[in-house]
Amino acid sequence: MDGPDGQVSDGARQRLPRGVRLTHNESQGGWVLLAPERVFKADAITAEILKRCTGEATLAAIVDDLAATFAAPRERIHADVAKLLAGLAEKKLLELG
Amino acid sequence: MTTNGATLSAPLGLLAELTHRCPLGCPYCSNPLALDKRDDELDAATWERVFREAAGLGVLQVHLSGGEPVARRDLPEIVRAAREAGLYNNLITSAVGLTPSNLATLSDAGLDHVQISIQDSEEGSADHIAGYKGASARKRAIAREVVSLGLPLTVNMVVHRANIGRIESMVELALSLGASRVEIAHVQYYGWALKNRAALMPTREQVDEAVRQVEMLRARHHGQIVIDAVVPDYYARFPKPCVGGWGRRSLNVTPAGRVLPCHAAEIIPGLEFWNVREHSLADIWRSSPAFLAFRGTDWMQEPCKSCSRRDQDFGGCRCQAFLLTGDARAADPVCHLSPHHAVVAELAADRKDAAYAYRTS
Repeated sequence: MDGPDGQVSDGARQRLPRGVRLTHNESQGGWVLLAPERVFKADAITAEILKRCTGEATLAAIVDDLAATFAAPRERIHADVAKLLAGLAEKKLLELG
Repeated sequence: MTTNGATLSAPLGLLAELTHRCPLGCPYCSNPLALDKRDDELDAATWERVFREAAGLGVLQVHLSGGEPVARRDLPEIVRAAREAGLYNNLITSAVGLTPSNLATLSDAGLDHVQISIQDSEEGSADHIAGYKGASARKRAIAREVVSLGLPLTVNMVVHRANIGRIESMVELALSLGASRVEIAHVQYYGWALKNRAALMPTREQVDEAVRQVEMLRARHHGQIVIDAVVPDYYARFPKPCVGGWGRRSLNVTPAGRVLPCHAAEIIPGLEFWNVREHSLADIWRSSPAFLAFRGTDWMQEPCKSCSRRDQDFGGCRCQAFLLTGDARAADPVCHLSPHHAVVAELAADRKDAAYAYRTS
């Protein structure tokens, strides 16, 4: 759940809500997040994170997976991912389950 | 690739005007005064081809609009075609003509998002503005239905002198209906709105107060609802970057298939528009005379030509430049650097509480 200070907890199972879709488009230069009346370019790292927001994996599981896949320090990834997800939730681009 | 001194970019959005028919009579309707006839409307198969061509060009989102798109019986087929082409599809509707059952059919066909217009938070006033008794109640019922189907809802509220004092209650209404986004769109003066300008134009004080209200409401409802505001440009110092630059980000297909750089472009005399019945969308985007006319910056005159903001606001709106100065290549006179800027203040001061000239088809 979303904490009082906008933090995402380790047990949160986030997913893209209906009406928000991640898609790849060559003409637009790569990954894009499509939302009501808005289009956001997503860099490769953001796309890797969003692909894992299936509503099933918890934040902790996503961080573990990314740390293993990209052989990067878990703490750093945790901070970056939690911040990105909280920002997206605030813009209604992500549901925190 | 360059055309007219501009890099040819991939368009992001397609406004598909499926029909000009509409049950409402809103006096600020952005449709042209001369409407396309039902017999001339593109069929679903042609729209399907247009959507595929649009996706091939890089278009990501299609806005199914009108008129009232729900007036098309084959709308589910059209929605499915957009979805199958890979486009994000957005239904822009008055909600009058929608029922829970045909809404569910559209949802199943792959709709991504619904935008419903609401004319006012006061029902009597809302119905008066729409020129349709009972419209407000029907809109509210369908808005709730959209949310109960799990579809994201935007409520679009067009703001003008009759409702500008009720922005707070309009945003509260959008929240109570379950909208995740609300658009506070000040009237833009083209088409029917231009005809009704004196009856619609708010005062500067009202506009300033409206801007303050929106800021206050954004802070109050932060994280609950996204509030987007379209600024009233008659009181601005700089023009809006109309359609994100001519022939740069979006295209508009009329019910009869003409492709326009923006929905009002047909008011500019001498422009040649190509039709999807005769040309592919890629050809039109790249080479049609109307798209080439104001793409890039080569067409500009002073003060735009040497302006540091020319790649930011693209000289403003070509239609407004033509309507208010008689020259479509002039700077949009909303800009304080335009030699015609004083005209805008004069027109904004021309306010009369006359009866609306309702849009008729």
